[in-house]
Amino acid sequence: MIRLKLLPEKTKFDFFSKARFFSVISIVLIGISVLANLLFGLNFGIDFRGGTLLMVQSEKPVKVSEYRQVLVGLDLGDTSVTKISDPKAQISGGLIDDSRNIVLIRIEQQPQKDDIENDKIVLLKNALNASFGSINFLQTESVGAKVSKELVIKGLTSILLAVGAVLFYIWVRFEWQFALGAVLALVHDVLITIGIFSLLRLEFNLSIVAAILTIVGYSLNDTVIVYDRIRENLKKFNKRPLLDLLNISINETLSRTLVTSITTLLALFALYLLGGDVLRGFTFAMIWGVLIGTYSSIFIASAILLRLGVKRDWSKPDNEAGTQFSEFDT
Amino acid sequence: MLNFSRIKVILIVLPCVWGLIASLPHLNYSRVERANDAREATQLGNPVTEKMRADMERWPRWLPSEIVNLGLDLRGGAHLLVEVSVEDVYHEKLEAIWTEVRTSLREIRGKIGGIRRVESVDLDTLRIRIEKIDKIDEAAKEIKKLARPVVSLSSVGKNEFDVTIDSDSVVIKISEPEKGRLNDLTMAQSLEIIRRRVDEAGTREPSIQRQGSKRILVQVPGIGSAEELLDLIGKTAKLTFHPVVSIASNSESVVRPGQIILPSSEGSNYYVLEKKYVVSGNELTNSQPSFDQNNQPAVSFQFNPSGGRKFGSYTKQNIGSPFAIVLDNEVISAPVIQSHIPGGSGIITGNFTVEESNRLAILLRAGALPAEIKVLEQRTIGPELGSDSIEAGKVAAIISGFLVAGFMVLSYGLFGLFANIALLLNVALLFSIMAIIGATLTLPGIAGIVLTLGMAVDANVLVFERIREELSKQKNVLRSIELGYERALTSIIDANVTTMIAAVILFVLGSGPVRGFSITLGLGILTSVFTAIYVTRLLIAFYFNLKRPTKIVI
Repeated sequence: MIRLKLLPEKTKFDFFSKARFFSVISIVLIGISVLANLLFGLNFGIDFRGGTLLMVQSEKPVKVSEYRQVLVGLDLGDTSVTKISDPKAQISGGLIDDSRNIVLIRIEQQPQKDDIENDKIVLLKNALNASFGSINFLQTESVGAKVSKELVIKGLTSILLAVGAVLFYIWVRFEWQFALGAVLALVHDVLITIGIFSLLRLEFNLSIVAAILTIVGYSLNDTVIVYDRIRENLKKFNKRPLLDLLNISINETLSRTLVTSITTLLALFALYLLGGDVLRGFTFAMIWGVLIGTYSSIFIASAILLRLGVKRDWSKPDNEAGTQFSEFDT
Repeated sequence: MLNFSRIKVILIVLPCVWGLIASLPHLNYSRVERANDAREATQLGNPVTEKMRADMERWPRWLPSEIVNLGLDLRGGAHLLVEVSVEDVYHEKLEAIWTEVRTSLREIRGKIGGIRRVESVDLDTLRIRIEKIDKIDEAAKEIKKLARPVVSLSSVGKNEFDVTIDSDSVVIKISEPEKGRLNDLTMAQSLEIIRRRVDEAGTREPSIQRQGSKRILVQVPGIGSAEELLDLIGKTAKLTFHPVVSIASNSESVVRPGQIILPSSEGSNYYVLEKKYVVSGNELTNSQPSFDQNNQPAVSFQFNPSGGRKFGSYTKQNIGSPFAIVLDNEVISAPVIQSHIPGGSGIITGNFTVEESNRLAILLRAGALPAEIKVLEQRTIGPELGSDSIEAGKVAAIISGFLVAGFMVLSYGLFGLFANIALLLNVALLFSIMAIIGATLTLPGIAGIVLTLGMAVDANVLVFERIREELSKQKNVLRSIELGYERALTSIIDANVTTMIAAVILFVLGSGPVRGFSITLGLGILTSVFTAIYVTRLLIAFYFNLKRPTKIVI
């Protein structure tokens, strides 16, 4: 039987020889993300900004500029029109792309206006039908200022709550150094994911928050498994230097890390390419999250353990965790 | 650890068999749905048509028929979140209190002097200035006597309003328990009226629920445009009939106390009306769209006996004068009364289109909302996009299932196959559990399932990698498998608890589709841990007992 072997039976990579290099990369990435956020901000969807979004399909091809022309005449305030591109079509050589004729039309919400502007939607729908003949309205979403503000608060709370709950769980199950390492890795993942959304001007909406929370879960999943092995090896080899011990643990779990990341990525790529337009942003965030989460559990979470040091004698309770073996710090 | 007691085998196999059987209807979703709909209809006593009988026959009764509900984003439909301005009702309450207070204070006018109502910024307070300031305590005491206890179980001994003194004024504030009672009442009435309006519009299976203290969530599956529904729900529909004092050309005309000035619905002119109406829409019993003598769309209406009497006697006494029909602070029309109208029925004409007259008739039949409502959020998915999403989700799920399964077999051989059987059972269990707990499948929910496919194998991967490690250390196959399971267990639990934390937070704080995602993610974690820890182990045990291999390759 053909057997796929991604790795030799036993690996002996030294993950920390380039620790400085990776920490610089991570810090630079975080820096870019924060900067991008400050400079460009996030391209908030209507969930968080309020406003109206229509997904419109025309029978015959209609140029984006023609849509704009109709919109300008209607006095709807700020509007934008974008064509939906279809990666499935791009792969097959762009043959199907133009036959779908789908565009997204966005109308800005007046700030401070709690209720949605139904009259604008009616006006727009009538005008489009009059100009382009039979138009199919695939989706209409409208969020008033009040709900959008609440959703921002809810989104932030849920991410903070998730990180807090995880901090607590790992602190209880392991030691505070582990918890700190895991949470810093999470913050790293979340910041860089938000950064890439800001840089690429991808729409940031409710489902992206859900994706980020899942990334939190996934990245943690990875980190916890490496940590579990570190704890086990701490009990087994209580005289080995921490650096060796971390390397052994990561090498031992490496095969699992790869297999799980690959199966998850396989599923996500299928979803990204075939799952339709609505899920695309969400799966993009997830794919990105799996990659960055796998990276961070090795190069952030474990590297932080190495910096902080850990309690070495697990046979009896220890009061001075983290101070004992600081000589092994690099 | 590979020796399972008989009872344990049963406890593992039984849920799996149940999961497989109970998930069967999902392979034939539309057929089962139609059969279920037909059965439900016959149970409600509807006559059985030929089509219904055929639908029922296509999915026999003895087969399981529980299926997951599809969310609005998959089935298409409208989701509306509205907020009721419950404060509107405080105003009416304060008016009522003011009338009582005025009458009661007039009786002791000699003592306290004249009284005057002053403008108050707060919606829930009434300020009254007393002429003789030194007697203000007495006035307040008199007012306090008027406060009745609140009628509700939770607030025994509390009064309707609190009375305080603020320099030269007595301040009457509606008490919190009374506000609570008024809010509940307003919400109950609004829910009822909205339900009637949505029902009248003929939509199927609407769901109308109260959310929080002052919001209502309306979900109507199967409609492609929410604008008309919004026009129907968003109108207060307060109908009143007023005597007309004069017609004005602008809104700045002088109005005497007891009169109001309102625009006409065409927007061209204004009417000065008596504020006190003759009769209101609350006394209507029926209304229908119809046509007037010029064949223009109109709405006919019928009053109840008391409303009919008021209407009849007013028209009798005021033949020749105009009579304004006011809807939500706009004069729809102001016809001149031609003759006495007995019997309490009449007709409203205006510049209606046929749709408008239909809508007005529905609104009048359903009754007026007790307070104004605001539409905060609207999401509509067309049925086409919904079925596209299902199709895309299905294809993505199947392809990713094959990719994951193929990869597992390539990586772990026979054991990979065991993991794949567990994966299949996992999906079957997930659907079956969602169907019996009545969970709703949304598009992000499908994403959750696909993600679970990828992550569900993780527990097995952990175990297999452990067995591999143990095999490299020792020759005993049985011992290696046992140790593999034992040692991987803590990792499996820790890893899944953390993901579960994220799923629970999403469930509690999320709404709509996001919540659907958290349900599939959370249930997926439970079923994947079950199948990974018990099902694959049982499969391995069967294989082991059957073949007794001395060497295995993972």
